[in-house]
Amino acid sequence: MNILIILQAGVATGTILFFATIGEILAERSGVMNLGVEGMMLIGAMSAFSVAVATGSPWLGLLVAMLVAGLLSQIHAFIAIKLQADQVVSGLALTFLGTGIALVFGEGLSKSGSISMLPDFSIPLLSKIPILGPVFFTSHSILVYIGYIMIPLVWFYINRTRPGMHLRAVGEYPAAADALGINVYRLRYFYVFVGGMLAGLAGATISLAVAPGWFSEMTTAGQGWIAVGLVIFAQWDPVRAAVGSYTFGALRRLVLDIQGPTMLLGLANPFYYNPYWGFFLQMLPYAFTIIVLVIGSREAVRKRIGAPAALGVPYIRGERGL
Amino acid sequence: MADVQPSPAPAKRWALPFNIRVEPRLTEPPRWYPLFTSFLAVVIALIIGGVIIAFVGGNPFASYAHIARASLGSVGVFSDTLVKATPLILVSLAASVAFRMKLWNIGAEGQFFLGAFGASAVVLIPLLPETASRWLFIPLCMLAGILMGALWGFIPGFLKAKYNVNEIISSLMMNYIAVQWNNYFIYAIWTEGGFQMSKVFTKNAWLPRLTDLSASIPWLRGLTVHLGFIFAVIAAVLVWYILFRSRWGYEIRLIGDNPQAARYAGINITRNIILVMMLSGGLAGLAGMSEITGVVHRLQGAISPGFGFTGIIIAWLSKLNPLVVVPVSILFGALILAGREIQPSGIPKMIQGIILVCLIASDFLLRYRVVIAKRGEEA
Repeated sequence: MNILIILQAGVATGTILFFATIGEILAERSGVMNLGVEGMMLIGAMSAFSVAVATGSPWLGLLVAMLVAGLLSQIHAFIAIKLQADQVVSGLALTFLGTGIALVFGEGLSKSGSISMLPDFSIPLLSKIPILGPVFFTSHSILVYIGYIMIPLVWFYINRTRPGMHLRAVGEYPAAADALGINVYRLRYFYVFVGGMLAGLAGATISLAVAPGWFSEMTTAGQGWIAVGLVIFAQWDPVRAAVGSYTFGALRRLVLDIQGPTMLLGLANPFYYNPYWGFFLQMLPYAFTIIVLVIGSREAVRKRIGAPAALGVPYIRGERGL
Repeated sequence: MADVQPSPAPAKRWALPFNIRVEPRLTEPPRWYPLFTSFLAVVIALIIGGVIIAFVGGNPFASYAHIARASLGSVGVFSDTLVKATPLILVSLAASVAFRMKLWNIGAEGQFFLGAFGASAVVLIPLLPETASRWLFIPLCMLAGILMGALWGFIPGFLKAKYNVNEIISSLMMNYIAVQWNNYFIYAIWTEGGFQMSKVFTKNAWLPRLTDLSASIPWLRGLTVHLGFIFAVIAAVLVWYILFRSRWGYEIRLIGDNPQAARYAGINITRNIILVMMLSGGLAGLAGMSEITGVVHRLQGAISPGFGFTGIIIAWLSKLNPLVVVPVSILFGALILAGREIQPSGIPKMIQGIILVCLIASDFLLRYRVVIAKRGEEA
């Protein structure tokens, strides 16, 4: 068992979580909590795979996945922004809806043949760096590299640009933003759409690159919810989101791979000889999510960092309060 | 709503001969009105669902007719519908009581699994000898199921109360852990002959069914409704009593409506978070116990077609009213029962999702009214 190979695969798995997490961060920064990530990912994974099967083009699949998930997110945006309904229940509804539609349209898809995948490649110079090279820059899907590029870009966008400032203003103090002539509603719709597209991209990353295929609900296996948890751990910061996502990706791979070898660290591998312990291993990513939430929440209390102040609060022009 | 409304923005001038305006309700709508909007939402959801079914090549009329026939068509199938409704009532109560406090326990699915585990443990460890009386088995199984479910609810409740951990995510994560926990016991400990299921429980641990009485009353033969349904109805009345007639329920509702006021009134919110999560988990655990001892009669993998999640939808459709939960659960029991035979198999899940989306959207009509006025009539 080569630890570098596991970490390399972990980065690819983590990219799924990263896209979903960053999308949710953007939506929540604008003040809309969207718990429909799992549903949007599923519908993204399903449409990406089915378009790729039908047309032979994974790129087209990717595009369609992002559009479809983005459109789905607008249902939640409409209910949360225009109808001012409870965002928790609406987000849950979106997950049910996305899951249901994905299951209906994905019926029989698991039996369809293989697809041509998105290109894999290594970065010429960087892949030669010891340890980091083989983990981060060797034979990854192009989506993984897109993920790397997004980390600084999104950070810069949120923290250092004018539209990013508007985004934060809308999420922290929409009334003030409104008074400055920023269109609160339009921005919220927009960022929920972006969040949906990224969740769709995350789903497509699964079905086109990391674990190609369609395995109904097990395609995502709760990763959308883990992403929602990671947003809290990340404290709405893209860089922390990346760290959390790749760590989680590595953990998920480790759980899968640790049962393989007969020897572990020079000792007999207990997970190989007791295959049933695998069930406890598979609990780990979920248990770890809870632990990470505890850490994140405590840290937030200590550092007095909170969620965007207007998170989950519908903005009604002219009403007092936030 | 603020007392002073800002002057309305100039209405868009469409080509329509009338204007549609939306304005906040100043008075409570009549009592029948929520019922009407919910009904409207479900009808619209069924229409949208039908369009999608037609789109993927199905026949929506045939599908819906099939659901009606295969679930309500005869005494026999209606009894099967009640069997499906039993766990639904209990998980919906679990959701209702937590949601009343705005405590988003979406872990009923996992609490259901642990309830099933607890009841199975009584039979399979075994805590009671196989020959023990039914009157020992059933209460002990109930107790174990409720306790395990409550424990599974306690964990996210404690984390929320103590560390302010978001209960939505933690309770959902507990679902996945619960499935693996049960899998371990099904595969490794209680497996029967290498199959992924335990042995069949001893008859004394089965909840009595109507069909058991068929020796004396012949027409009950084949009716699978079991005692769990009675438990569920009693639980609904109890939860209603707790919520609307007891001091504790008053606290729960006050925390849900206005946590600030509740704190000033000296209500211990931390304690209530933990207690309500445990009550909620216990109800879901009882659902698992009733399903495992009343229907499945062994511990195995696929014991729930997403009961925990359907419970959330039912709770919302019932406006979190425990007594309304019972009839609504029966309708959803019909959907699940008949849905097993509908192709593509995702349709019941999709329809449930559409229903919830339409329901939430329809709540808008409770707070706002839509005014359609002829042009020029407005001041």
